[in-house]
Amino acid sequence: MFKSRFLLMFSLLLAIGLILGACGSSEDGGEAGGDTNEKEEKEQTSGEGNGDFSVAMVTDVGGVDDKSFNQSAWEGLQAFGEEHGLSKGEGFDYAQSESDADYTTNINRLVRQDYNLIFGIGYLLQPAIEEVAAQYPDTKFSVVDSVAKGDNVASVTFKEHQGSFLAGVAAAKKTKTNKIGFVGGVDGDLINKFEAGYVAGAKSVNPDIDVDVQYAESFAAADKGKLIASNMYSKGIDVIYHASGATGNGVFAQAKDLKKNNPDEDYWVIGVDRDQYEEGAIEDTNVTLTSMVKRVDIAVQDVANQAKQGEFPGGKVLEYGLDDDAISIARTNEEALNEEIIAAVEDWKEKIVNGDVEVPSNRDDLKTYVDSL
Amino acid sequence: MFSNKTVNILIPIISVVLGLLSGAIIMVAFGYNPVAGYAALWNGAFGDAYFLGETLRQVTPYILSGLAVAFALRTGLLNIGVEGQVFVGWIASVWVGISFELPMIIHLPLAVLAAALAGAFWGFIPGILKAKLGVHEVIVTIMMNYIALYISNSLVRNVLTDGSDQTDKVAKSASLASDWLAGMTYFSRLHWGLLIALAMAFVMWFVLNKTTRGFELRAVGFNQNASNYAGMSVGKNVVLAMVISGAFAGLAGAMEGLGTFEYMSVKSGFTNIGFDGIAVALLGANTAFGVVLAAFLFGTLKIGALNMPTEAGVPTELVEIVIALIIFFVASSYMIRWIILRFKREGK
Repeated sequence: MFKSRFLLMFSLLLAIGLILGACGSSEDGGEAGGDTNEKEEKEQTSGEGNGDFSVAMVTDVGGVDDKSFNQSAWEGLQAFGEEHGLSKGEGFDYAQSESDADYTTNINRLVRQDYNLIFGIGYLLQPAIEEVAAQYPDTKFSVVDSVAKGDNVASVTFKEHQGSFLAGVAAAKKTKTNKIGFVGGVDGDLINKFEAGYVAGAKSVNPDIDVDVQYAESFAAADKGKLIASNMYSKGIDVIYHASGATGNGVFAQAKDLKKNNPDEDYWVIGVDRDQYEEGAIEDTNVTLTSMVKRVDIAVQDVANQAKQGEFPGGKVLEYGLDDDAISIARTNEEALNEEIIAAVEDWKEKIVNGDVEVPSNRDDLKTYVDSL
Repeated sequence: MFSNKTVNILIPIISVVLGLLSGAIIMVAFGYNPVAGYAALWNGAFGDAYFLGETLRQVTPYILSGLAVAFALRTGLLNIGVEGQVFVGWIASVWVGISFELPMIIHLPLAVLAAALAGAFWGFIPGILKAKLGVHEVIVTIMMNYIALYISNSLVRNVLTDGSDQTDKVAKSASLASDWLAGMTYFSRLHWGLLIALAMAFVMWFVLNKTTRGFELRAVGFNQNASNYAGMSVGKNVVLAMVISGAFAGLAGAMEGLGTFEYMSVKSGFTNIGFDGIAVALLGANTAFGVVLAAFLFGTLKIGALNMPTEAGVPTELVEIVIALIIFFVASSYMIRWIILRFKREGK
């Protein structure tokens, strides 16, 4: 008797499963059918080769909607797709990584799905890109923010220290307390570049300025960002520059909370990678002083286009900087970023582009630079 | 014909089925196609040799972290500190791996042993505190997780390298990676660690079920007072259980340090290998064989999930929900047990 009950229960479960399955496919039937057709088409075209060029990117753990670095890269790919009449999933796509064990898996999967060019977004993907690039010499790879070996790898780097220098100038001009802060993601060569440039810029304007430098040790910990920002603002710091990806969302959240409660006080945030004006908006005001815009999108689009035209810069290190407009200071907050600040920023920008000022890109150089002031 | 044993086996199976079904319902509710979603998951885990290799690679540390949690639970201890023990095992194995130049037959076992010892030591501290002072192991192990995370970050940055955030690769003679396995699976990171993990599952079964010591450990798990009355040293068994549990966890770290990555990098957060181990042990009903099966399921889900966004447009987070639901159903096994028993009573 039990046996039949047991069977009944299982068949019920199965039936539910089948009904659900049927629901799903009937609802999305048309679309799903379309999908498979499209996929077949895609396989055919990529089988044919030359005419069709597809490109994909792998994010780091920040995800494609980090409002910062990864999102900017994705916007670049979308722009590339628009330029050539491609749509997501057909011609360009992204894969998101949940942990650092996923990088290699994701890159490999995209290789096996016959993408011609694969971007690794962020220096964290450098070992994975290098490894897979060596295994698949016929696929093109590119790593952003790091230098990877291999003739089929194009390394995309930025002169972030130059942009951060200008952010430091703006911060030093804006602060009333002469105390400014820096929130870094993970303490390492890359973010040290931001730190060095920022400190150098601020000290160039005012050698006595106090710069508090802290690291969250993560690019995805908004809670830590909020905590550090809370500490800094309560110490009297009124401008914080964050170079910490999604961690920075916590800095914005804290600044906005404080601003909402004390509208007369100053709580400024300097954004990074993208123009983060939207992130700082509260009601009729905005806490985003400016952003150190690093046009990852321009670089990604540029490399993708070069590859499509058969001029892929494999094995080379591309360096985008102030002179290519790939690094700039956002001017969306016209109220906060007054003419005096803009004039100072322009002034220093000219000196950097002309080579009158050598912006330090690591802590040792920064020390020499500050001592020489 | 309907013994307690069959119920115990049925509960995890039903939980998995219910979890997957609920996942399907959620997919339908949010306008995704569950058939396409699960097909993408299947293809992402077993689609070809590469994905199979990656799935097995993911399964390897899960088996060991699951064993670690299960072993402690059998002695009545909740080892939340597997995560931290994984970290110290990882760093110890890499340390030995990059510091020495030895023939493989000595170097590899030495690196693996170092990981086990480091993990065992990390388990010994909460064990001895529990045995001597009665400090609850959950609190100590949670704190030790953070200590392990930040100590290993600082070691990578200041001792193993000169300020960089990633160590060198371990020497070839200490690596578990195999060109043969990688070649067979189109360069997946499958490594020999899987054999170690399976061997350890056997070790756990043997120790717990076939030795006097294992009998004592289990007895302490069932009832400490009775064991004490029967002349067993509860404290000694508590420490021993934590040490062995920690050693398993340390080996899980070695799998990552000598197999998957072959290096240690600065981590911004936990790897979740240890925390997932708790789920694996729960689903595996704390038995060696159950843990192996549960680890296969979790590895499959985790690796397959990565394929869902690109192939079916379903977010990977869905798999996290499914896993959480499976654990929920296992944890609420009382409910399932009650339903099964009702069927049974009516059947009589």
